[in-house]
Amino acid sequence: METATTKVFEDLAAQDYKYGFVTDVEQEIVPKGLDEDVVRLISTKKGEPGWLLEWRLKAFRAWQKMTEPTWQNVTYNAIDYQDISYYAAPKEKPKLNSLDDVDPEIRRTFEKLGIPLEEQKLLANVAVDAVFDSVSVATTFRDKLAKAGIIFCSFSEAVREHPELVRQYLGSVVPHTDNFFAALNAAVFSDGSFVFVPKGVRCPMELSTYFRINAKGTGQFERTLIVAEEGAYVSYLEGCTAPMRDENQLHAAVVELVALEGATIKYSTVQNWYPGDKDGKGGIYNFVTKRGTCRGARSKITWTQVETGSAVTWKYPSCILQGDDSVGEFYSVAVTNNRQQADTGTKMIHLGKNTRSTIVSKGISAGLGQNTYRGAVKVAKGAANARNYSQCDSLLIGDKCGAHTFPYLEIKNTSAKVEHEASTSKIGEDQMFYCASRGIAMEDAINMIVSGFCKEVFRELPMEFAVEAQKLLSVSLEGSVG
Amino acid sequence: MLEIKGLTAKVEEKEILHGIDLTVNAGEVHAIMGPNGSGKSTLARVLAGHPGYEVTGGTITYDGQDLLELAADERARKGVFMAFQYPVEIPGVNNAYFLKAALNATRKEQGLEELDAIDFMTLVKGEAKRLQMDDSMLQRSVNEGFSGGEKKRNEIFHMAVLQPRLAVLDETDSGLDIDALRVVSEGVNALRSPERAFVVVTHYQRLLEYIVPDHVHVLSEGRIVRSGGRELALELEDKGYGWIESAGAGARR
Ligand SMILES: Nc1ncnc2c1ncn2[C@@H]1O[C@H](COP(=O)(O)OP(=O)(O)O)[C@@H](O)[C@H]1O
Ligand SMILES: [Mg+2]
Repeated sequence: METATTKVFEDLAAQDYKYGFVTDVEQEIVPKGLDEDVVRLISTKKGEPGWLLEWRLKAFRAWQKMTEPTWQNVTYNAIDYQDISYYAAPKEKPKLNSLDDVDPEIRRTFEKLGIPLEEQKLLANVAVDAVFDSVSVATTFRDKLAKAGIIFCSFSEAVREHPELVRQYLGSVVPHTDNFFAALNAAVFSDGSFVFVPKGVRCPMELSTYFRINAKGTGQFERTLIVAEEGAYVSYLEGCTAPMRDENQLHAAVVELVALEGATIKYSTVQNWYPGDKDGKGGIYNFVTKRGTCRGARSKITWTQVETGSAVTWKYPSCILQGDDSVGEFYSVAVTNNRQQADTGTKMIHLGKNTRSTIVSKGISAGLGQNTYRGAVKVAKGAANARNYSQCDSLLIGDKCGAHTFPYLEIKNTSAKVEHEASTSKIGEDQMFYCASRGIAMEDAINMIVSGFCKEVFRELPMEFAVEAQKLLSVSLEGSVG
Repeated sequence: MLEIKGLTAKVEEKEILHGIDLTVNAGEVHAIMGPNGSGKSTLARVLAGHPGYEVTGGTITYDGQDLLELAADERARKGVFMAFQYPVEIPGVNNAYFLKAALNATRKEQGLEELDAIDFMTLVKGEAKRLQMDDSMLQRSVNEGFSGGEKKRNEIFHMAVLQPRLAVLDETDSGLDIDALRVVSEGVNALRSPERAFVVVTHYQRLLEYIVPDHVHVLSEGRIVRSGGRELALELEDKGYGWIESAGAGARR
């Protein structure tokens, strides 16, 4: 039925990206192309030890023999890996002894994005690491954290200052041969964040990394490693934006989480990479490998993600539940509007006894967006009394978008209990009319219905960010009018 | 307050209303009766501005302005309210939160200050109590999992909070037991005032014992075939709709 409401849905699909500006800062960009020399160059620039270069080279050689995956339910223009620059950094890389050393242009960029780097201006309880293109430019609140024995710094710095820790855990969750994009990342990763929370310490504030792609013709390959020792607790959040560009840019990150006995890691993502314009031109290819291991008994890892950006998203934050009684959780909201495509979900791998996992996935499709949930629950032979609960809900706005669900189950222990619920609903004309009949305008009605739909996920986000996420969601679905 | 002239409307390419004339003055209660499928809900939805119903002819004037120029949400903010025959469920959206958004949208339009959370809760709790609604219904998702009777009561609750100038009630009585009917009717009667008008759509005259109308109109096959006072409803009850249909057919011949 071609009616006024359909028209509004179409208008809503025309979205406005508010972070699309470019920062004018002198940058050092290595020429496009990828071979062993480029890998060596990156390693040299970062002054890395020999073992790390060797690891990169092994990854590079493995990557050369691998092929790009094609099983995912997305289509995109072939990526020419020789047409990407693998390293971009603000010139005269500051010696980051103090925040005052940060280039004022870059500082202004983060301020524009609502991420002030001056500590006193920060939200009371959030420490921020800001990554600009390939390089971490500022980490706040380090001293306060250091007093508690917590390490929160850029990955490069961790390699310099805590090589033994990095060497112990790097690649222990996502091996350098894990998959095509993870291998590429292992070969060329530039920076990222490193977090280490020692035994028995509860991190007193939210830790947050803010990623910004700025340079043209580059890829971003950051790597994050978070280790929580016995009984430790940490909540970590990442955010990201990029300028509006006609070209597609590749973002292939790797995140590894390690939770030892009784430790808890909460990892939250608010992903808002540039999604491309309404005709599907430009936008980020977000091909990311995220995985956590609950290595010790009674440990817990929670992934919460709000994915509103990127032209194409390919990402499955997963949990390996190795310790007995360990818990894995995945809460996800993924929005695809216009021509965005997302193939996202999780893997819960039950190895230990009495392990439990929860999956709550909320997919929202608008415009011509295509949203796929892909999730696997595996219960190994030895995983007695494993429990999984999965809930996958899809919400369609308009009738030109799509939602797809692919749940995979592999149960090798008969004592396992696995529950799966799925639903697909459409914001119907009747719901819209009902809201209208009470005086609520169309866009407000859609926001209200969408927020209601996402409630179970938003309440998993740290307070400070739940509000942000809600706003982001309404911006993603906002019409170009008004 | 409301003047409908020669109104024709279609849905899904089928004309349902074939020329309706109706004048409603402030302070009046008009009952619209008629057999199933005669177009009562269609008339109500057209008044409220449902985008799926296309007005093909005639005019609707509300407070001197062309109602057909306004979208449904604008009409609502100008004081036109419809209680649904089949209220719609909105999962995940808290009933009180929903109503607060509705009330504040209307107040904003009228140049009034938005109500804060405390004033709002005081207001809704008072209204809920009057309608003998359990407080838990405020915190549940809009209409989700409500029984048929609860849904109807919730519609009147919305009306009581929003205080419209023109309220169209579409078969609010169906699905209500006698006690609920009494409570709901009292809610409606409490709102009757010289500034406010009601169009009460019903299949049965039972409701009209509680909400006593000033005028009764009988709709048949998309036309008003008879209008009268309260006694017309009683006559209908006696003789059944068959009488009207043949009379309607007679009137058209
Ligand atoms: N959305 C719609 N799509 C198709 N036909 C409709 C729709 N709404 C109403 N109709 C048709 O219009 C006629 C009148 O319906 P309605 O106004 O609901 O009657 P009443 O409320 O008096 O029972 C019926 O024939 C009904 O099938
Ligand atoms: Mg009806």
